[in-house]
Amino acid sequence: MKANPYLPSLAIIEGVKEEVEGNRAIKTFRLAFQDDKKKNFSFIPGQCVMISLFGSGECMFAISSSPTQKDYIEVSVMKHGKVTSALHKLEKGDTLGVRGPYGNNFDVEGWKKRNLIFIGGGIGQAPLRSVINYILDNREDYGNIDIIYGARTSADLCYKDEFVELEKRNDVKAHLSIDVDEEHWEKYVGFVPDNLLEVNPAPENAIAITCGPPIMIHYVIQNLLKLGFKEEQIYTTLEMRMKCGIGICGRCNIGNLYVCKDGPVFSYDQLKELQGDI
Amino acid sequence: MENAIISKEKLPELFTQIIAKNKLFAPVKENGFSLFKEVEKASEIDTSYVNTRVPPKSIIFKQTETLFHFTPGKKGNVEKIPEENEKIVIYAIRTCDAKAFALLDPVFIGDFEDPYYSARRRNSVLIGLSCNNPGPACFCTSFDDSPASIEYVDILFTDLGYKYYIEGNSEIGKKFLEDHKTLFDAASGEDQKSRDKVEREAIGKIKRTMKLTGIVEKLDGMFDHPIWYESARKCIGCGTCTYLCPTCHCFDMQDESTLNKGARIRVWDSCMYPEYTHHASGHNPRPARMNRVRNRVYHKFNYFPKNTEVFGCTGCSRCIEYCSANIDIIEIINKIGEVKE
Repeated sequence: MKANPYLPSLAIIEGVKEEVEGNRAIKTFRLAFQDDKKKNFSFIPGQCVMISLFGSGECMFAISSSPTQKDYIEVSVMKHGKVTSALHKLEKGDTLGVRGPYGNNFDVEGWKKRNLIFIGGGIGQAPLRSVINYILDNREDYGNIDIIYGARTSADLCYKDEFVELEKRNDVKAHLSIDVDEEHWEKYVGFVPDNLLEVNPAPENAIAITCGPPIMIHYVIQNLLKLGFKEEQIYTTLEMRMKCGIGICGRCNIGNLYVCKDGPVFSYDQLKELQGDI
Repeated sequence: MENAIISKEKLPELFTQIIAKNKLFAPVKENGFSLFKEVEKASEIDTSYVNTRVPPKSIIFKQTETLFHFTPGKKGNVEKIPEENEKIVIYAIRTCDAKAFALLDPVFIGDFEDPYYSARRRNSVLIGLSCNNPGPACFCTSFDDSPASIEYVDILFTDLGYKYYIEGNSEIGKKFLEDHKTLFDAASGEDQKSRDKVEREAIGKIKRTMKLTGIVEKLDGMFDHPIWYESARKCIGCGTCTYLCPTCHCFDMQDESTLNKGARIRVWDSCMYPEYTHHASGHNPRPARMNRVRNRVYHKFNYFPKNTEVFGCTGCSRCIEYCSANIDIIEIINKIGEVKE
């Protein structure tokens, strides 16, 4: 008999990192499984986990760490609703429930030798961080890497210290932006889709991966097409309200597909064919 | 044992034997309407009904159930609940409702196995009762089924007046008949003829037809058609159509807890409610009633067939009978069929 898919495994919070403060606060939780059998928890970038805070509920999050980190997984959580607000009160040493990994993944095998362009907005950088860190740990397998990332203000940028480190490297280019100008900001000012046009990546032998607010994804895709990217070169990862995570409870469908099980990663040519409410 | 006869006087004895070893669920009347309930004695059973208001899916996929217990809070812990392994017999299930289990099986027991559903399903014997008087909106025949279809039940009873004609379908069903054979008489060729006549007459009483030819492909091109605004205009968003549907399987999961004890509860949910898809960010992929009515129709007649090759509807007619706004799924589908491409 198969294992009960609704039963979470217990994981201890090994660390909490405050990424963004204020109204749109974001924290990254580092989790280590308590059960020895789960020590080998394996996943591929793009996959998600259901995180439980017992008594508050359960939510689906993209794993934001790379599977090359064997001892822990990380999820980055924006404080927004009931469960995420309760999660934000937790500290190192507290216990959460984790089940998964769920869903499909980024085709990190198929993308070998290709130039990769990541385009993220706000908390949408979380799933991209998993694949970016995976690829940086296997750097020689991939071509050029561009990371275009923006948020409303400089304070809303996630993984700030990691971007500082990335900017020191010469084998990857980071292109940060904020929506509205600020004093001392010397990088791009404007929306992420516009920064994409500014960076102007070449479509040849490239794959573009985008995640962010629905409206940003929409214009990023339009602009990628303008730059000459083909539909099958564009990937995104979607979110939906989810409960079961395993394609039964019904709510995350786009057409006949369930984002939890058949997604969350879709290529634009797949997505375009899908009729459904997004 | 495959075919047999039981006289109606011996029926209570059969139920007594069943109850001795199983949980027996059968239609009873409460407050003037029929529903499936666990019965303790044969006299509670009342089969003078067209169909129960709530489908018997509620026996296998409960409207509310505890998935597990937990210690709430930041030092939480999980406590499994014991697996249910009681034998269940569902008596007098209609063909349409039995078929619904066949449609739900691949949903609950697919890539992942829902252990709550699958344990009860595995432990259940379905005894069908042919529907001699289908309701005014029934349309199981549109799906090439009949009020006396046997393929979805383990055993089928057909009321022949003073006796029942009994057919064993599955191995479980045949063994079940073997176990109770002292109560049965041999079925004659005449009995078989009477049974077939009853079925023919029942089919003749079904007046409505849903035109399904080519509907999956037709719907592929109808997503943005104004018909959805039209169909949704009357909808009051009450969710009755989904709660009473034998094939609807949506659910919500909620934590309920006191200071030191808690449980994760699963409850039926409905795609007719805006909260169902509402993101924490405020975004809602199905913000309007039109989106939700359209999703219900597409789920049954386009998504379900794409995923499992069968329609997600059995023609039980509950969503038509009990809709407070008289929305009629047969009319919607037939209208779609008539739209010129």
